Amino acid sequence: MKRLLSGNEAVAHGAWVAGVAVASAYPGTPSTEILEHFARFPGVYAEWAPNEKVALDVAIGAAYAGRRALATMKHVGVNVAADALFYAAMSGIEAGLVLVSADDPAMHSSQNEQDNRQYAKFARIPCLEPSDSQQAKDLTIAAYDLSEQFDTPVLLRMTTRLCHTSTLVEVSETRLPPPGPKPYPRNYEKYVDIPANARKRHLVIEQRIRDLCEHAETFPFNTVEMKSNRLGIVTAGVAAQYAREVFPEASILHLGMSYPLPRKLIKEFAKKVEKLIVLEELDPFIESELRLMGIDLFEGVDSLSDTRMPNAKSIFPITGELDPGIVRFCAEKAGLLEPPTTHRPAAVDLNLPVRPPVLCPGCPHRSTFYLLNKLKVPVNGDIGCYSLGVIAPLNAIHTIGAMGSSIAVAHGAAVAGDSERHVAVIGDSTFFHTGVPALMNVAYNQSNVITIIMDNRVTGMTGHQENPGTGKTLQGKETCEVDIEALVRSIGIDLVKTVSAYDVAAIEKTLKEWMKLDKPAVLITKEECALLPSARQRYYPLEVNTEICNGCTICFRIGCPAISKSEQLHEVYKRPLAKIDPSLCTGCEICAQVCPRNAILFRQQAKEKREQAEVKK
Amino acid sequence: MNPIKFDPKAAPVNFLLTGVGGQGTILASNVIAEVGIGAGLDAKQAEVHGMSQRGGSVTSQVRWAPKVFSPLIAKGDSDILIAFEKLEAVRFIDYIKPGGLALINDHCIAPITVSAGNAEYPDDQTIHATIARYTSNAYWVQGQKIALELGNPRVTNVVLLGALSAFITLPEEQWLQAIARRVPEKHLALNKKAFEMGRKEIQFSQNP
Repeated sequence: MKRLLSGNEAVAHGAWVAGVAVASAYPGTPSTEILEHFARFPGVYAEWAPNEKVALDVAIGAAYAGRRALATMKHVGVNVAADALFYAAMSGIEAGLVLVSADDPAMHSSQNEQDNRQYAKFARIPCLEPSDSQQAKDLTIAAYDLSEQFDTPVLLRMTTRLCHTSTLVEVSETRLPPPGPKPYPRNYEKYVDIPANARKRHLVIEQRIRDLCEHAETFPFNTVEMKSNRLGIVTAGVAAQYAREVFPEASILHLGMSYPLPRKLIKEFAKKVEKLIVLEELDPFIESELRLMGIDLFEGVDSLSDTRMPNAKSIFPITGELDPGIVRFCAEKAGLLEPPTTHRPAAVDLNLPVRPPVLCPGCPHRSTFYLLNKLKVPVNGDIGCYSLGVIAPLNAIHTIGAMGSSIAVAHGAAVAGDSERHVAVIGDSTFFHTGVPALMNVAYNQSNVITIIMDNRVTGMTGHQENPGTGKTLQGKETCEVDIEALVRSIGIDLVKTVSAYDVAAIEKTLKEWMKLDKPAVLITKEECALLPSARQRYYPLEVNTEICNGCTICFRIGCPAISKSEQLHEVYKRPLAKIDPSLCTGCEICAQVCPRNAILFRQQAKEKREQAEVKK
Repeated sequence: MNPIKFDPKAAPVNFLLTGVGGQGTILASNVIAEVGIGAGLDAKQAEVHGMSQRGGSVTSQVRWAPKVFSPLIAKGDSDILIAFEKLEAVRFIDYIKPGGLALINDHCIAPITVSAGNAEYPDDQTIHATIARYTSNAYWVQGQKIALELGNPRVTNVVLLGALSAFITLPEEQWLQAIARRVPEKHLALNKKAFEMGRKEIQFSQNP
């Protein structure tokens, strides 16, 4: 039976069909839904790990123990997991091991658009690239066979477009039997990666990649579709769809395995066509390999060579996501296609207001950013919803790098002797991810960094995943919760306090006191994410008392989407008064606390007013 | 009046849905994709979720054809633009084919840049004039208003699906079945009502 599945659902389905027994991951857009779907299949173990390295180590352990295993993460997660990837590439495994890297061309939700196919070449492991959901399923299954046949981890490279596009998939009701239990290996030379063994293993894995190169010649997902011999396209991943759409007449060599490459297949294909081009997203990964093989690629009559970076691509851009419009434009510029006869639509020439994502109404992070902006301190931010504290009018973050970096970056600035007092802000899940060792460093080396852990009781930005602080696992089991305050004390920081994230005065008072003390401090601002079902039950919209509001605009500085300027002007100052949209307001009272005139009714006041109005009726 | 109809059996149809995170564009695009599959076509549905869901500008795309390759639509290639918000209609109007159908929810959500006083929301005259430069085939639907009358602004997306269905030569039943598969049982009656109201908006509409 065929069903519409997203690429992520299809990978999960393929993993289940392939008999995967253990899966571990850290959530990250666009990879998150793979584990969420996999966890619901019968007879599997699936977990959220605190970070990607732990996730990959867990999958490696399961594969050593003879069970097919899966680790999934976004592209930058592979940087965190790279240490584990490289030793597993050296050791090999007892049962299939697949690492899914979900890359993010165009950086829809990421800090960079690194092309993780480079990791396959770097670690000498095969890289498979699906081009739709059916292939995501099929290549996941093929990856396990490849992994076991060649004793290697396999990189399955997805991209945002594949992860979040739904296409038809032939679904299977039956599952391959999971491999039976095996005794844990006692193979010292293979699994103990000490120098004496590693030197021998390096030779093994170099031979392995040569064997894989040979295997690639007949790998069933490397396909040749001969049409016109005037143009041949070597392509992989979602770019293969653009190739078929934009060049319906061209011959296509579609690589399901983009590393290592089938050299003979490519050379034969190249001989059969007059012009050969490579169509791939991001890095010239395949293109560079073809050039190294000495294959003559068509450069285009009006190529982008004048702006070309070293090792850049000849026809298509090295940055961003492709689409049929971009591919067609580049092909026309290169002389591969005739310019269109119909006119291309002009871009909208209005200066439209941008609509950036914002902290939601009722978000517990808002109060802290409002205060940090007011205190004018340098703030080192981290990865999560609270990255949105950078957006106007909060403007409260000055650096953001990678997961867990806030604390050590602040520490670095502090020990460098920067005259300002440095603050790090980090969410609960990001703190568990890689914030803990950095905070340990602050304690150990005694810098005066103030760390604010914004504990909203969930992994928020990726869509509410459980984490070590929530007391529940991915598969819904009750478990222990990290006591963040006790953890902070145990690493040697005694200046630690937990306050409600909605208590503006308490946060302000604490921060101002701590600014005077020259020692490490940790403030935990705790309140559950306002989008959680339990938080939604407490929604109660506030309102503005228009007799008191004088349009001073201070409440606009908290950047709440529920507050805006009303049509009504103040009688004397002629400034627009504030208004609150009752369909958006949750009643968090942050605006009511910052209003200097008490013109915004608190929940209790709003309730009393509405009750009195009822009585009058 | 009789609106121009799309016959998906005769020619491929590309849909671009635009709106603001949280308005239900993804559910609507899922339904459109299911309807295409139900009609015996190939369909692909592309969305991006993540950071932009937090009140940002969002789009999703659906393509129907006997065989669909690219999941993305090139600028100027969308047969139908379904905008859940007026400003987002203007932002993505250059995706529409010359003379394509623009179905616009007559509703404004001020972005934070506007509510914070750093930018101006374009006036209705500017919005209408800009859209008219790309197509004369624009329909304004009181999606939000109808949904509020039904007691739940969250069914605006299904009102718009109802309106969309009036332009496509497929049986109403196929739309209702796809909605039933995507909507929880307890909300089904409300969603069916929303769909009917949206469909009637077009069937008895005086615009464009």
